[in-house]
Amino acid sequence: MLKVEEQTPVVFSSELLAKFDDVKSRYPEGKHKSALLPLLHLVQAEYLWVSTPAMDKVAEYLNIQPIEVYEVATFYTMYFLKPQGKYALEVCRTGPCCLVGAEKILSHLENKLGVKEGEVTADGLFSFRGVECLAACGFGPVLQISPEYTFYENLTEASVDKLIEDLKNKS
Amino acid sequence: MSRKLLLEHINVPGINTLEVYRQKGGYRAVEKALKTLTPEEIVEEVKKSGLRGRGGAGFPTGMKWSFLAKPEGVARYLVCNADESEPGTFKDRYLMTYIPHALIEGMIVSSFALGAKVSYIYVRGEMMPQIRILEKAIAEAKAAGWLGKNILGTGYDLELYVQPGGGAYICGEETALLESLEGKRGNPRIKPPFPAIAGLYGCPTVVNNVESIAAVVPIINDGGDEYAKIGIGRSTGTKLISASGNLVKPGVYEIELGLPVEEFIYSDEYCGGIANGKRLKATVAGGSSVPILPANLTLKYANGEPRLMSYESLSEGGFATGTMMGSGGFIAFDEDQCIVRNTWNFARFYHHESCGQCSPCREGTGWMEKVLHKIEHGHGKMEDVDLLWDIQRKIEGNTICPLGDAAAWPVASAIRHFRDEFEWHIKEPVKSQSQNYGIANYATPIEKAPVTEEK
Ligand SMILES: Cc1cc2nc3c(=O)[nH]c(=O)nc-3n(C[C@H](O)[C@H](O)[C@H](O)COP(=O)(O)O)c2cc1C
Ligand code: SF4
Ligand code: FES
Repeated sequence: MLKVEEQTPVVFSSELLAKFDDVKSRYPEGKHKSALLPLLHLVQAEYLWVSTPAMDKVAEYLNIQPIEVYEVATFYTMYFLKPQGKYALEVCRTGPCCLVGAEKILSHLENKLGVKEGEVTADGLFSFRGVECLAACGFGPVLQISPEYTFYENLTEASVDKLIEDLKNKS
Repeated sequence: MSRKLLLEHINVPGINTLEVYRQKGGYRAVEKALKTLTPEEIVEEVKKSGLRGRGGAGFPTGMKWSFLAKPEGVARYLVCNADESEPGTFKDRYLMTYIPHALIEGMIVSSFALGAKVSYIYVRGEMMPQIRILEKAIAEAKAAGWLGKNILGTGYDLELYVQPGGGAYICGEETALLESLEGKRGNPRIKPPFPAIAGLYGCPTVVNNVESIAAVVPIINDGGDEYAKIGIGRSTGTKLISASGNLVKPGVYEIELGLPVEEFIYSDEYCGGIANGKRLKATVAGGSSVPILPANLTLKYANGEPRLMSYESLSEGGFATGTMMGSGGFIAFDEDQCIVRNTWNFARFYHHESCGQCSPCREGTGWMEKVLHKIEHGHGKMEDVDLLWDIQRKIEGNTICPLGDAAAWPVASAIRHFRDEFEWHIKEPVKSQSQNYGIANYATPIEKAPVTEEK
């Protein structure tokens, strides 16, 4: 997962660095490590995943050890440590959503996309996974699509099919 | 119709904008607090209101505020807990999406009361759309002079920032949240010291739930005594209930505490009954962590008296026959739902979310998940039920943070009330794969016990 040699170095754009500076200004003197989680989100929004060279750059920017970034990136579930599909679909698989059919939606996605959870479709467009409760239990089953985290509620197999078609046409 | 204090204007078009929010009386509480009240007086009003923390533990907010240490020359912080990840709970997301200014107004008043000059709203990272909504609302409020330097010319300065999480249920626990806000893994801290003494960056800190902070607005507008008149006993005010599962109308409802559970489930003003004409089998009344109850004990106490939506009434009977208010995540299970499958699902959730610091939680949640998986898939043995009971008992009370208890209680309560269903799964390994155990006698009404005269 963290094999450095396979990953090409990254150069952060000046726009991205300006966003970094803005985040860093939210914390008191000397507490800039607080910016770490927001910065990783910014990196992921830009590259759609968080590579080791990118983490090393973030460490350099915050003047902390690379390990401090790795341990955070691996603890939290939102950071993708390997490339995903252009549209990474995340379906809630927790209890309340299962009462209203979340498991069916997950297996439907698997059939529809023809890949297993965590894999990317051949065209590079889609990947999917089950995630835990997304705080929308009354409107289940639900899914979200990173990096924008657009939200889709009250899913049915038909609405999932339509969503996938729409996304295909968009790209 | 019951009184609404938080969601009164939820359907007003544009209520998410500062302009409309102001037209509906928004930011009056900031004016009143900053211009006419001292911080001590605000704390006093919140104490009088009887408001109890809406994040899950139900600790009195005013009392929590009065514990905040105030050493000279040391910054103090207010951190809003918008991590909302307890399965079954989705009220904070709803509030932030539709009335973001209610939270911001509450944050300004509360920060002033606590003497905080910088405050953070820690929002779970998956809520990117809500983060953008809040950031926009904060910018609006700042441009209008409700935030920033010298607010309303009173000399009070406040900066408010939104901090995203990274996807981890444990960061809802307040000390894990603070670790996360400091840019670290979300490992809960050993307490004491409590955040009121040493919280964010080692400084005195109050962590409050979104709904608790939003409730400060009506408390300041109407006064703590007025707020305390709503509700029942020590459950004062209104509460947002997130209703999910097999209901006709799932959603977020603001109720006056003390509403009968039966009315909440079946009346058209609230959930409108069980979906598809089915019968109610069980409920989890306060978010996935609280004990599950069969339908009959949901609606009535063991002695036949009606159960109410309040902190005291939901916990009436202790864990033997009661449950807890928790975060107000009300999950309804119809007669076709499988308790074993749901218990396995929750155990899987807690195993996935355990931060791994304490062995009983890290190992115990994984073990429970495995055993439950076996039973659910027809490979269980009779002694597995006692094994599960044993494991959950060894987790409860033996961990750094309450996630351990939260993982143990759903398993314990499922075995306590639905043991026959677990045993059926084991005795009928083939049938249980294609059929459900059904409703059994879980919905059999509890008759009111005849009153015996005390001598
Ligand atoms: C595992 C765990 C998860 C929690 N998740 C949340 C949460 O998502 N939101 C929340 O407000 N409180 C949560 N809490 C409770 C907080 O620790 C804390 O008690 C609460 O934020 C205090 O706010 P209140 O007094 O306003 O309720 C959680 C507690 C535990 C142990
Ligand atoms: S109880 Fe579980 S989640 Fe809480 S600190 Fe221990 S291991 Fe972590
Ligand atoms: S259980 Fe799916 S959003 Fe809560």
